[in-house]
Order: sequence, then C-alpha cells, then structure tokens
Amino acid sequence: MSNVKSEPLLSVRHVSKRFPVGKSFFGRANKFVHAVNDVSFDVMPGETFSIVGESGCGKSTTSRLINRLIDPNEGEVYFDGQEISKLPAKEFRPLRAKMQMVFQDPYGSLNPRMKVQDIIAEPLLVHTNLSAGERLKRAQELLGVVGLSPTHGERYPHEFSGGQRQRIGIARALSVNPKLIIADEPVSALDVSIQAQVLNLLRDLQEEYDLTYLFISHDLAVVEMISDVVAVMYLGHIVEIAPNEELYGHPSHPYTQALLSAVPVPDPDVKKEHILLQGDLPSPTNIPAGCPFHTRCPLATEKCKTETPKPHTVGERHTVTCHYPEKTV
Amino acid sequence: MAETLLEVKDLTTQFKRGKKDWITAVSGVSFQVRAGEIVGLVGESGCGKSVTSLSVMRLHSKDTTRISGDIVLGGKHVLDLSDKEMQSMRGNDVSMIFQEPMSALDPIMRIGDQLAEAITLHTDLSKDEVHKRSVAMLKSVGIPEPEMTLKNYPHELSGGMCQRVMIAMAMSCEPKLLIADEPTTALDVTIQAQILALMEQIRRERNTGILLITHDLGVVAEICSRVIVMYAGHVVEEAPVDELFKHPQHPYTQGLIASVPRLGRRVHRLPSIPGSVPDLAAMPDGCRFAPRCKYAQEECRATDPALVKIADDHTCSCLFSEKEREEMLAHE
Repeated sequence: MSNVKSEPLLSVRHVSKRFPVGKSFFGRANKFVHAVNDVSFDVMPGETFSIVGESGCGKSTTSRLINRLIDPNEGEVYFDGQEISKLPAKEFRPLRAKMQMVFQDPYGSLNPRMKVQDIIAEPLLVHTNLSAGERLKRAQELLGVVGLSPTHGERYPHEFSGGQRQRIGIARALSVNPKLIIADEPVSALDVSIQAQVLNLLRDLQEEYDLTYLFISHDLAVVEMISDVVAVMYLGHIVEIAPNEELYGHPSHPYTQALLSAVPVPDPDVKKEHILLQGDLPSPTNIPAGCPFHTRCPLATEKCKTETPKPHTVGERHTVTCHYPEKTV
Repeated sequence: MAETLLEVKDLTTQFKRGKKDWITAVSGVSFQVRAGEIVGLVGESGCGKSVTSLSVMRLHSKDTTRISGDIVLGGKHVLDLSDKEMQSMRGNDVSMIFQEPMSALDPIMRIGDQLAEAITLHTDLSKDEVHKRSVAMLKSVGIPEPEMTLKNYPHELSGGMCQRVMIAMAMSCEPKLLIADEPTTALDVTIQAQILALMEQIRRERNTGILLITHDLGVVAEICSRVIVMYAGHVVEEAPVDELFKHPQHPYTQGLIASVPRLGRRVHRLPSIPGSVPDLAAMPDGCRFAPRCKYAQEECRATDPALVKIADDHTCSCLFSEKEREEMLAHE
C-alpha cells in the first residue's frame, strides 16, 4: 500500500479459459469446463491483491493464465504495460523472472533429489549469467532472508518441516528479484502457528523488497490479514472486487455476504447468524444461464435467471456483479 | 449431570518402529465425553488427536500398536473386549466419520448398498425395512432426493453430499457417541457451515455425545461446549469453551489462539509461536512445549508438568500460573 502509483503493474482484461472434456464420436471435444469467464482486474505496484473463492471457482486457473502456465482462450493480460498473453514462448521466458510463483504444497513443489541451495539457485541458472560461486552466495544469502540458516543449504527438502519448506519456496521465488509474486494458497497446508510465521514473513519481505503479491486463497481470515484489495470469485466469474476494509465492512454481493457469514470465528461470544446457502456448486461444464449464482442466491428473481449481470461500480475500486447491488441478504 | 458415554483414563498408544523400537504417539491422555455435549479435541498436526480417537475405536493394527490405560465406553472396558465384541460396539455404541468423505466411501459400491451394509450388520431388519431406514436416514441429513441418491455411486456426489452420507451411515444404528475426525476440513466454508449445523441438530434431537477432532479453533468456538487441547501427545489444557477462549492458561493454548487470523480484526502482524512441533522420536525432556515457550525456565526443561485442576472444570499442565509467568518475564 506504501507507494501506489497510477499505472497498474498487472492488468487482466476479459480473460476466459475453457478446458475441453468429453469427446464426440469423431473425437472432437463437445463439452467444456468453463474455468474462467470474462475476468478483469488491475493490480497496482506494491499492493497485495487477493483472489478468494471456494474450490473449483477458477482462482488457481486465473493465476496460471497470468504467468502463462496455461494460455487463455480470450482476453488480454498486460504486465508492466506490455501485452503478454500472446507473446511467443521465447519472448515470454525472460518475463518469468519478473513474476515468480509460490505454490501450495511445500512437499510437492521442491525437487526431493536436489540440495536446498541448488533449488534456490535454479532460477538464477535459467535467468542470469551468474557464475556457480555467485549463485551459491546468493542462495545462502536468501536462506538468511527467509529466516533459515545459510548452512541449511547443504541439506535436502525432506529434512525440513512444512513451514521451513515453504520458506525455501519463497527464497526460490525471490532469487531473481521479481516484481510480482503469485502465491497460490501458500499457507493452507500449514498449521496455524506456522501459518502465522509465514504470513509475517511475506509481510516483511513485501516491505523490504517492494514486492507486489497476487495472493490466491480460500481462507477469508488470512486474506483479510494480508490484502489491500480482494476479488471474490464464483464459478469462474469475479462477483465482487473491493478494497479490504470495504469488502469486509460492506460486502455487497449476496455470495460475498454468505461466504463471510459462513466463516467460523474463534470467539464463542460471537454468535453469528449464518446465511446457509442451499445446495451445492453447479457444475462448471454447465454454468447456469443468467447470473451464475442465481441457483443458490436467496435474493434471486426472474431477471437473474435470464439476464447476466454487469459489474456495477459502487465505490472507489469497488465493483459488484449483481442486478441488485443495494440489497442485502 | 448427564450420563458419561466415554471415559478415557491414562491412555498411552505406542507404535512399533523397526524390530524392537517403540514410538510413543500419545501418553497419559484422560478425558470424558457426556451425553448431549460436543467436545472439541484440538491441536496441530502430529499432536496425537487422531491417534487418540482411533485408539478409542480400536482401529489401530494390533501387531504394530501397544495401547495401555483404560477406555470405558458405554460401561464396557474397550481394551478388554474381543474383536467380535468390539465389532458390535462400533456402530451401535460409537461410530466415526472421517476427514475425506470421498475416500472413506467405497468408490465401486452404490450409496444404498453401503448404507444397507452398515444397517444389516448391526440390526436384524428385513430388506424392506433396511431400505426404509436408509431413505429416512438420508432425508434426516438433508439429502434432497434420497431414493435417487441411494442408486448413485460416491463419485456422482459432491464432497458435502458425501459427508452427509457418511453422517447418515454413522447415525444409522443410533449410536450414543459419534467421533468426528476433522469432518469439515476437506470442505468449503459454505458447505462446512451446513455440515456443522447438521451435527448440532443431531446433538440436539438425539442427545448424542460428539467428540469433534479438529485443528480449526473457529469450528470449536462455533459448536463445542468443552475443549481439550493437545500438544505433542499430551493433553495440555481442558476447559469449557467460553473459559478456554477468554482465559486460556497454558502458554501453548494462548499462542495458538493468538496466532489464528480472525475475521473482523485486522492486524498487521500475527503473533506466532516460534519453532515447530518436536519429533515424536526425540521428545524434549521436561515440558514438551518448553523449547517453544517464551516463559520457559530451568525447571521446565527438567520436570514434565502434570495436568492440574486450576478451577472447577478447568485443567492445565504448566508448572507456573499465568501470574507467575508474567512476573518471571517482567523480572528477566
């Protein structure tokens, strides 16, 4: 939040992604999972932009569309002013040094047969011309930065606990001095006491290195702690984007309201009225017509079943994709 | 006071490692569950909460596990029962639901057959009656089209629906005690809210006692009436839910509660507990929390504190009271 400039670092414009499933008799895909639908948002430099939503809402797919682990079917992605979604792989590759990723599973995302210092130095091997000695020095320095000891570099990933491995993953992401770090559920596999350590580390690093985070999570309390701006996704659509205080203080979309009311608060005095949503998430191969949320929305009307709502601006950087943004559940 | 359904006394569970080596996963654990209450068993991964529940159900393999202490369930000493007697206890007196509803159900058996299997094993109802009971059970857990669902396979249902089926199956023989091991951890928050509401409804309507194993303090605050906190195989604190959240006494409980990010209370930095949980094979001497405890003294590293009563229904295992600890810290 410290130095928000006017130009967004990352700008996602009307991005959609469909995955083919099922094949017709002639082998052509006839069914699609609509994973991400017409998603647009801006991430300003130095801020933490979070995407929250339940499993299958498309938050991870969105992050992968940005760093081109998968390519979008439609839409554009601008990074640092440059359109990147259609760049040839060769031209895109150097840009990856500027956007690094931290993954969810600290067990699966580190190569078990590599020494920790080699894991951390690997991005340097790919993106820089540093010598082996310089890379090693940088790796040891980074171990210190993330709160491990430089001597840990000689060890292998299995010798570390979950929280320590996540620190290694963060050190690897930092090695090439990225501008943007995409963190996909970085703390959800960790115990609460360890989760707090890692969240604090992410905070400190952001202040020290002027990082921008795109933070993907399903945990609304974690997101509230770390974010400046939050986007809520449902069935591949962004239903609401708002600055942190605004979203948690005045949630406008019925889904955001239901989601917030469902989070258990660790305080027995807080007896919340839950908005219990009926039924389950519809299948993403067959997204309901009209508003995607109308099948479970307590406020749904005839209009919601037929007409797809457009984003309404209800405040500074606060948009709601609902026909009735003024109503509450 | 309500009837005591489960009493665990001084439970110690050890696992075999290698030829002669035994690792102690849980030691000296004692607690009770009464009818009509939901007791939370909380702790981080590896603290022994699941090992405790599986010991109560006697689901550990006999060849590799050593269990000592006493477990009294419905008036019977579980550890003395024959396998056959235990079999009939499961389902009738106590049943269990698991964390991963998708993998706890048999993927190649229809829901109806799985439910019927549980019911026929424990009752002598006719085929028709079993079917009726199955439909009624599914209805009672809020499955909209029970007749249809009986014909489905698990993969055709969502996670929330599978967990409802698991609960229906567990409740089908009307056990007095339900053990729920992280029942909502694999589910999304909106679905979690539905399942928690269902468990509360079961408790209210049938006076079932529920032992809820979880790592989520939010869930505990939401539906439990009493809480047991475990750390590294020991119970460190036990108290009614209000008391535990308002006046936590053990430094671990205090740290744990403080480190949970809380909706509506935005902080810049979260208080965290330094270090990580000790390895089971290399437990520290003395208090097991001492290496991570900011109050730890010389004595803490030498003496393993016992669980002592500090108020009517509040027990805690720390050598020092909260006041003494604060004074020591101020003194240093």
